Amino acid sequence: MITATPVSAEPTPHPEAKAVTNQLGMWTFLATEILFFGGLFVVYTLFRLTYPEIFRQGGQSMDFWLGTVNTAVLLTSSLFMALADRAVRANQRALLTRCLALTALLGLVFLGIKAYEYHGKFAEHLVPGPGFRGPPGSGPRLQIFYFLYFAMTGLHALHMLGGLAAVGWLWRLNAQGRLNSGRTEPVVIVGLYWHFVDCIWVFLYPLFYLAGR
Amino acid sequence: MKPAPSDSGSPPLALVFSSLLGLLALSAASSFLPPAPWKTAAGLAIAAAKTLLIALFFMRLKYRRGLIPIFAVAGLFWLGILGTLLMSDYLTRGRL
Repeated sequence: MITATPVSAEPTPHPEAKAVTNQLGMWTFLATEILFFGGLFVVYTLFRLTYPEIFRQGGQSMDFWLGTVNTAVLLTSSLFMALADRAVRANQRALLTRCLALTALLGLVFLGIKAYEYHGKFAEHLVPGPGFRGPPGSGPRLQIFYFLYFAMTGLHALHMLGGLAAVGWLWRLNAQGRLNSGRTEPVVIVGLYWHFVDCIWVFLYPLFYLAGR
Repeated sequence: MKPAPSDSGSPPLALVFSSLLGLLALSAASSFLPPAPWKTAAGLAIAAAKTLLIALFFMRLKYRRGLIPIFAVAGLFWLGILGTLLMSDYLTRGRL
């Protein structure tokens, strides 16, 4: 008598192959993000080469110290995300919890400083549109600088919010005991995204906060 | 599959972080120098150095082999083409 041996329709992927596939997925997404932000960086370059004077004027209105402190805050958050990656690989769940908490806290500090800066720009009527009032001697072209400032830093801030949601998800997984040295991929994937968002800011800092100096 | 190199001999993350802060300090300090055309290029070069450190050690690209590094630079490659086309126009047509 011939008995049919049950055969799984899909072979179970090798864990290492699965990890590589997950990371390739995130890197593919990040490639689209590079091109998404890249379009704005190209627009910035074109306008800066065409109207260098508005970038000098606009850059001088930026708060250099807030931008510098925020860069340090974001770099520090990336350090804690890298430590979270190391903690999960070492199966140190308590350390992972602390690292995730500090990453999220620093992300919130960054957004708080950004919100304070935006509030100042709104109060000074430096938001492009009918109510825009630039400093004396500046023309309407100065709005181009502020449009790029709000578009690029605003898009970055939205990415930060996404990153914070993802870190919250990691926190929940860890609280449920679903992250360990045998299941590190969620931390690796979210970490790639968090560091990428950090890298975007690393370029925004000289382009806006150091432009007029 | 070629085994990925171990990160056991990697620099401590604290050293990478210190280097990042050092580069930030360099970038911030350069802004106190008198205005000069090279300062924007220097600021962007420092940003590129920071990104390289983050990519190699925080994103652990230094320890990845195979397709992952190729995917990691793919977006930069396309962006490089876009930037080259843009600059080829600006650098060759003269002032309008």
